[in-house]
Amino acid sequence: MQTRVVGVSVPRKEGVAKLTGQARYIDDLSLPGMIFGATVRSSIARGAIEDIKFGEGIPWHEFTIVTAKDIPGRNVVALIVDDQPCLADGMVNHPEEPILLLAHPDRHALPAAVAAVEICYKPAPSIHSIEESERRELIIWGKDNMFKSYRMEKGDVDNAWKNAAWIVEGEYSTGAQEQLYIEPNGVIAQAGPTGGLTVWGSMQCPFYVHKALVALTGLPPESVRVIQAETGGAFGGKEEYPSMLAGHASLLAMKSGRPVKMIYDRMEDMAATTKRHPSRTRHRTAVSADGKLLAAEIDFATDGGAYATLSSTVLSRGTIHAGGPYLWPNIRVHAKAYATNTPPHGAFRGFGAPQSLFALERHMDVVAKAIGMAPDEFRRRNLLHQGMATATNQIIHDEIVLDQMLERALELTGYHAKVNQFAEHNLTSTHKKGIGMAAFLHGAGFTGSGERYLNALVGVEATAAGGVRVLVSSTEYGQGTNTILCQIAAETLGLEYDDISMAPVDTSTSPNSGPTVASRTAMIIGKIVQTAAMKMRQTLLDSGLLEPSAGREQFLAACQAYRKQFGELQSFSRYEAAPNIFWNDELYSGEAYGAYAWAVYVAEVTVDTSTYSVTIDDFVALQEIGKVIHPILAAGQIEGGVAQGIGYALYEKVVWKDGRMINNQMTNYIMPTAEDLPPIRVFFEEVPYQHGAYGAKGIGELPMDGPAPAIINAVVQATGINFTSIPLLPEDIFRAMTAEPERPAESLESALAAEGSQ
Amino acid sequence: MSKREVSFTVNGAAHTVLVYPMERLLDVLRCELGLTGTKEGCGEGECGSCSVLMNGELVNSCLVPVLQAEGATIGTIEGLAGASGLHPVQQAFLKCGGAQCGICTPGMVMATVHLLGHTPAPTMEQVREGLGGNLCRCTGYTRIFDAVLEAAGRQK
Repeated sequence: MQTRVVGVSVPRKEGVAKLTGQARYIDDLSLPGMIFGATVRSSIARGAIEDIKFGEGIPWHEFTIVTAKDIPGRNVVALIVDDQPCLADGMVNHPEEPILLLAHPDRHALPAAVAAVEICYKPAPSIHSIEESERRELIIWGKDNMFKSYRMEKGDVDNAWKNAAWIVEGEYSTGAQEQLYIEPNGVIAQAGPTGGLTVWGSMQCPFYVHKALVALTGLPPESVRVIQAETGGAFGGKEEYPSMLAGHASLLAMKSGRPVKMIYDRMEDMAATTKRHPSRTRHRTAVSADGKLLAAEIDFATDGGAYATLSSTVLSRGTIHAGGPYLWPNIRVHAKAYATNTPPHGAFRGFGAPQSLFALERHMDVVAKAIGMAPDEFRRRNLLHQGMATATNQIIHDEIVLDQMLERALELTGYHAKVNQFAEHNLTSTHKKGIGMAAFLHGAGFTGSGERYLNALVGVEATAAGGVRVLVSSTEYGQGTNTILCQIAAETLGLEYDDISMAPVDTSTSPNSGPTVASRTAMIIGKIVQTAAMKMRQTLLDSGLLEPSAGREQFLAACQAYRKQFGELQSFSRYEAAPNIFWNDELYSGEAYGAYAWAVYVAEVTVDTSTYSVTIDDFVALQEIGKVIHPILAAGQIEGGVAQGIGYALYEKVVWKDGRMINNQMTNYIMPTAEDLPPIRVFFEEVPYQHGAYGAKGIGELPMDGPAPAIINAVVQATGINFTSIPLLPEDIFRAMTAEPERPAESLESALAAEGSQ
Repeated sequence: MSKREVSFTVNGAAHTVLVYPMERLLDVLRCELGLTGTKEGCGEGECGSCSVLMNGELVNSCLVPVLQAEGATIGTIEGLAGASGLHPVQQAFLKCGGAQCGICTPGMVMATVHLLGHTPAPTMEQVREGLGGNLCRCTGYTRIFDAVLEAAGRQK
């Protein structure tokens, strides 16, 4: 389809405001009479609260003090399972759990006051790993420490092993990862004199916050209003946590009668808020003599932290993606999310898929090596093709161009030549080179029947100013929501991009288009914007105010004529499921996602065997994401995701002590800087998806899935050491390469000797 | 500790503020002068979101006690765009997609202005080094590098 606005890199809608410092983030806002809030948190991992004492030297009468007893509604952060209290009441289950809230007109008065509140505990034993939790010697949650388990099965796994030429096993693990949006979490709450409550904040999902506030305050839904401020990065880290923080500020605002601002500093944000779930995956794989995958038995376990939050849905996506982009005649995935006494882990770009795909794509290289086949050839023989069924028995009806992408990635990187060249080079150099790949997929939108359940509503309306605006609760936090939705509306209505604006995201006026997560905005919300715009055009045609052949000026004039005659011109549309979508939540089988994006990533690395540091020399990211709505924004999504994936693989290590993150500073939790990253070369293939906006599929999470396995596969090739865990830091490589008694062949000299003798 | 007067010039305008001497320049700019374009990301000089120009040098305003700014000439993001529109660096960021969530953007733009001020035609290595103190979590820096090189071209 020929398009005018879609597919063009128009300027970012809120770009000028961001570039001039005029964009208003939550900490830039101020209300008359506003005071400041702070949180007293648990210093232990688990135990009973026996007493709360207020120390001397603090003018406590000046402070607003809130405990669980001040909660007018239910003491929960309402989400999926209402197990997480908004303020601990009697018992704490993880370090940094909120216990008490303080507010004061001078924010400089807060740190000393927080420190002067003494919580007296009776400590209880706690657990801090998947292994401890699954042993169940201590039960800390429910009957069995398990938030959720799934069993996904296709074919007859038990019967497949006997046909195998090889059976290969492996165990892989991934660490926690901090989202590290550069703007920390923050909100302002204001309780009105007549009982209403308004919250402004940095957030992805205003209606999640709304739901949580209604439960917490007991107020009627229409009395609670949530407004998104400009949001300085999120990556999933502002999906569920803002519901907690908004609750705290609201409790202080309701008790004090004054607007309350709560902004976390970096240390509090890193220590207290959600991170990516750590994981452990065990693979057992049957392969035929000609290198075809016969069966998989996959055990996938995640550490969910102390409360259920989103662990069940993160586990679900990880489970469904565990088989990757391959044809498995037989596959069984047993997945479990465990409770531990750490702050709850939560949403982070990729949502379980980066964990299970790291294991799979690392394991694919392990299997290829075991059966003596090149990693690219082993993958090639097993890729899904059009008409084949995924691990959930979903037949892929759309074209899959993974084969072509694999070939193109090999060409673009000079893969085969480099494999040989590096093998030669590594014989004599102390700088070992390697090249690794990952093939993967990412499903767009909520899983299974999730989009039907969300039933997103989207609107477009003619404005008094003479243009058209889009009404959604889908939020902009850098990924480009504002821009692409305006492009889609402009394209559909025959208008210019500048004719379209976005209505503020405000639960009192915005239709509920669902949460801004799961790579659903371009594909699903974009499509509904398109439908709503078509309906608006039809309304004008039906009214006789618009001729079918009319151009832009006539259209805008017709909008104004309609407004004059009927008051307003609005058009709303709801999500319509693509036909023939069936999902069985019990069996975990059927159409898991409306569409998948597909990708092949290749990383080239150098391991310096004197510093044990890894440098990425080249990174090629090829993906098929349907129609590219905005080439610059789309490439920016991929580059940013790859950068986070590089951090996940090589830099970003959360150091835990008794359930607490102890490197909760940018100084010692290291994310990639401008000096660390390689050139990231991005290429798109476009296979338009019929049910996405102008053929778009999801893109946002995809680039988080592939970098880590591609990079570690390259490091393994460079060093000859079978690394199976991320993050992989220089000290880990040092340990492995110098480990004398257990692994003598991997000391530097003998490794060189061994390679020399091959 | 008592408050005292501190005088400095911000974006060409003279200001005298009554502040605690050890208050952070960042807070004085944001809270006393209402210049909220300068952002706080970490409060410890790691992320560079609070970068401003002070006497021509790029500084993390979260690490500068306001007392040190006595008599200084300070430039913030608010002072860049003139009557004739966006500064060439801002134009280049807009065109190249150098801003995503925007929270690192004011600091990143100030770092770029500083870099191009003393290195008008930087190499890629100089760009990487010049922006090494400014963290961005959205972009992977690629589009920011593009923007810096584009701006260097425009400023010729």
